[in-house]
Amino acid sequence: MDKLSKESKEYLIKREINEYEVVIGLEVHAQVLSESKLFSSSPTKFGSEPNTQVSLVDAAFPGMLPVINEFCIKQAIKTGIGLKAKINKKSVFDRKNYFYADLPQGYQISQYKNPIVGEGSVILDMPTGEKKVNIERLHLEQDAGKSIHDIDPQSTLVDLNRSGVALMEIVSRPDLRSLDEVNFYIKKLRSIMRYLGTCDGNMQEGSLRADVNVSVRKKGTKELGTRCEIKNVNSIKFMQMAIDYEANRQVDIIEKGGVIDQETRLFDTKKNETRSMRTKEDAHDYRYFPDPDLLPLELNDVFINDIKKTIPELPDEKKKRFIEKFKLSSYEANILVSDIETSKYFEEVSKNSDVKLATNWITGELFALLNEKNLEIIDSPISSNNLAKLISLIKNGTISGKLAKSIFEMMADGDKDPNKIVEEKGLKQQSDPKELEKIIDKVILENPQNVKSYKSGKDKLFGFFVGQVMKRSGGKANPQLVNEILKKKLN
Amino acid sequence: MSNITDLKLFDLVEKIKKKDLSSKEVTEAFIQRSQKSKKLNTYITENFEDALKNAKKFDDKPDFNKKLPGIPLAVKDLFCTNNIRTTAGSKILENFIPTYESTVTQNILNEGGIIIGKLNCDEFAMGSSNETSYFGNVQNPISENLVPGGSSGGSSSSLAAKLTPATIGTDTGGSIRQPASFTGTVGLKPTYGSCSRYGIVAFASSLDQAGPMTQDVKDCALLFQVMSSYDNKDSTSVEFNRGNYLKDLNDNIKGKKIGIPKQYRVDGMPKEIDELWDKGIKIIESNGGEIVEISLPNTNYALPAYYIVAPAEASSNLARYDGVKYGFRSKGINLIDMYEKTRSEGFGDEVKRRIMIGTYVLSSGYYDAYYLKAQKVRRLIKNDFDEAYKKVDAILTPSTPSSAFKIGEKTNDPVSMYLNDIFTVPINLAGLPAISIPAGHDNKGYPLGLQIIGKAFNEQNILNIAYSIEKNINFKNNINDWWIN
Repeated sequence: MDKLSKESKEYLIKREINEYEVVIGLEVHAQVLSESKLFSSSPTKFGSEPNTQVSLVDAAFPGMLPVINEFCIKQAIKTGIGLKAKINKKSVFDRKNYFYADLPQGYQISQYKNPIVGEGSVILDMPTGEKKVNIERLHLEQDAGKSIHDIDPQSTLVDLNRSGVALMEIVSRPDLRSLDEVNFYIKKLRSIMRYLGTCDGNMQEGSLRADVNVSVRKKGTKELGTRCEIKNVNSIKFMQMAIDYEANRQVDIIEKGGVIDQETRLFDTKKNETRSMRTKEDAHDYRYFPDPDLLPLELNDVFINDIKKTIPELPDEKKKRFIEKFKLSSYEANILVSDIETSKYFEEVSKNSDVKLATNWITGELFALLNEKNLEIIDSPISSNNLAKLISLIKNGTISGKLAKSIFEMMADGDKDPNKIVEEKGLKQQSDPKELEKIIDKVILENPQNVKSYKSGKDKLFGFFVGQVMKRSGGKANPQLVNEILKKKLN
Repeated sequence: MSNITDLKLFDLVEKIKKKDLSSKEVTEAFIQRSQKSKKLNTYITENFEDALKNAKKFDDKPDFNKKLPGIPLAVKDLFCTNNIRTTAGSKILENFIPTYESTVTQNILNEGGIIIGKLNCDEFAMGSSNETSYFGNVQNPISENLVPGGSSGGSSSSLAAKLTPATIGTDTGGSIRQPASFTGTVGLKPTYGSCSRYGIVAFASSLDQAGPMTQDVKDCALLFQVMSSYDNKDSTSVEFNRGNYLKDLNDNIKGKKIGIPKQYRVDGMPKEIDELWDKGIKIIESNGGEIVEISLPNTNYALPAYYIVAPAEASSNLARYDGVKYGFRSKGINLIDMYEKTRSEGFGDEVKRRIMIGTYVLSSGYYDAYYLKAQKVRRLIKNDFDEAYKKVDAILTPSTPSSAFKIGEKTNDPVSMYLNDIFTVPINLAGLPAISIPAGHDNKGYPLGLQIIGKAFNEQNILNIAYSIEKNINFKNNINDWWIN
């Protein structure tokens, strides 16, 4: 978990006399996972050369018209279903009018009064228990281009590759109360969207960003304080830093007898502070009105139901199943379902080996390895297939757990088959009682003195015999069998 | 062959098909006449050289199955044309050369049409007299210093002066029908959704429609047939059975019920207009049609509603002309300064006026009182027509409340200019088709038009009624080529 998270205790801003509760709502902008843009057929690939993914529509040439990309609509509906939300059969695309160099149309096509998705909710698995966060709405909108101010000293350069890319804006109710909850909320949203394949959730590439609404109120009061909106924060860590700074700033003002001005603020990641961007007075008048180039979007039940049929098992349901079917603890299940790729990996391994061992090996050795190599599970150096084989080898007694750990390390180098490693290196455990008996007989024969001492009551010497047998077998003797046979022979 | 330009579109097509004329001969004839007609100022951009090459290309490899085989056409400069400068009559697009073709002009090219030039129009189609064009006034060939109407003034003037055998315009509030009426020509505003808006410089998206402007109704049916198509690049384009407007053209209107809306008899309307209307009524009756008095009770609110909705959409549609990506850019000390200078130098007064009105009516605090209310009025106007169409098949009205006026006569009085569109605007608000046909002259000898309004997607019906009236009205334009030295 992030270093910043303050355990699960109440997040309160404390001053001499008063304690303040922090009220947080998020407007998450999630880039729709789609080959082409919301209203044009240009590709959406990240990191392409500037202005190479721009159609005449994206650059707002005269006479160009938007045409809705049906796939993006489906993605938004899918996400809405994942958020247990109401899908609105009629929604409207509006124009949000403002001038900016990277906004070619002079307006952003968005959804204002009639979004495609209505109220829903998300369950957070907090260490203290479940917490429900209500979703107000999800709407579709176009992304803007990018203004680049630091390449040319004289001019601002504009890259329109991102212009027109589909975004889902997911607006939560002001239900979040701590930095931890923000962390869990973003992760849960991302998890759901990744399960659905509707957003890759990649914050480094800007596929997931948020506007953060923060207000404070004295603990125990019901009325909401005046909020400030911190624009466009692009990592969980920055969200937490921004909220912490902003909440304290607001508390300081209130403590000094001041009032909070409703305003839009920017978070300066270098100075770790928020700064006023514009106040309520000079807020933009966006002059929203329905885009006359697009008809209202009307969906029928068949269309929505066909999408419902494609919804995979989502993290909450999967968790429930893992607990019921595999008898996992809530904690274990949470870890395994939080990421769709992890859950897939787990199911593949456990299906062909053993649930308990699979859980332990994945959350233990494998996570440690991935952490060390800074890899996602999808790029795991050990495939689920081979990990399942390794676990099977442990389970059927071919190798000991201790040996398995060194084999695991060898496997990491080029996803080697553990069976082959065992065979090539002759690491197979000696489990043939007859062979073991031969070794044991020899050890007993060669140590008459110790046998005598043992029989006369020196129980501790048993370990000596085990050690000798293991040594003779080159460490391959099945320890359980050795114990059994030794006991029989010596008693 | 100086009489080539006197031929109508349909006859030119026939003559080319019969090889009586080549595309080159026809194209040359219209170009030559255009070159002698600079005084009318109808062209913003001439495409003569290119057109001649294309005519030759057609003659080398003629395809007589096309609907416009090697036919030269000049088009309103609101249609984006690949490789041909497209200005929308504005300084802000003075040097803009599209790399794409509007669907309507593409349809014309696909049927063998040849574009000989781009015609003058009011800036961004905002005007009723062609006087707001950055490229100057257009003369009406009817008489010197007379406006040709607007916004498709270059189109109407070129057509009446026979610089092009037919042309295309756009109609947001009357911009095809009013100039047709002012120049004694035929203009059709199709049902919204019939002709694709793709590649047409947008004025007011929910009202804009392209349409044909021709010498007579038959030519109109022919050109409309070519223009209208379903286009998946325009989300408001409508898929419906478009039929064969030319083949199905007939003058039999027996039993057709034609409505006469009493609200269109406005105070102060010249007597000649009333007489013209009566003349139309009589012709319909004698052709077997039945005249039915109808009511369109919300007509009075159409013009104010239009002057809210259209500027609102325009204010947003024109936001893209910001000097950043293409078109005119003025230098500024920062982005905002550049915007302000670019847009105040790049746009003319009427465009600025409408951007201001549109911005105002959409502002928070005013939206409900203006824009939303105007949309409700629009719905009521649509309902009026729906009600009327339960009783009648079409509606007959004058096209305009007056004949063409003098250049400069109304430029200082925007409201009196806007009143010119009083009979045409409701039709755009309702999204219906309407055709203006020349029907007579006023006492100055200026042409007057009658408008036939139809049901949505039933252009055939109004074409037939227009055809039937046309046959009996014996209209003749009095044009003496005064502008040719």
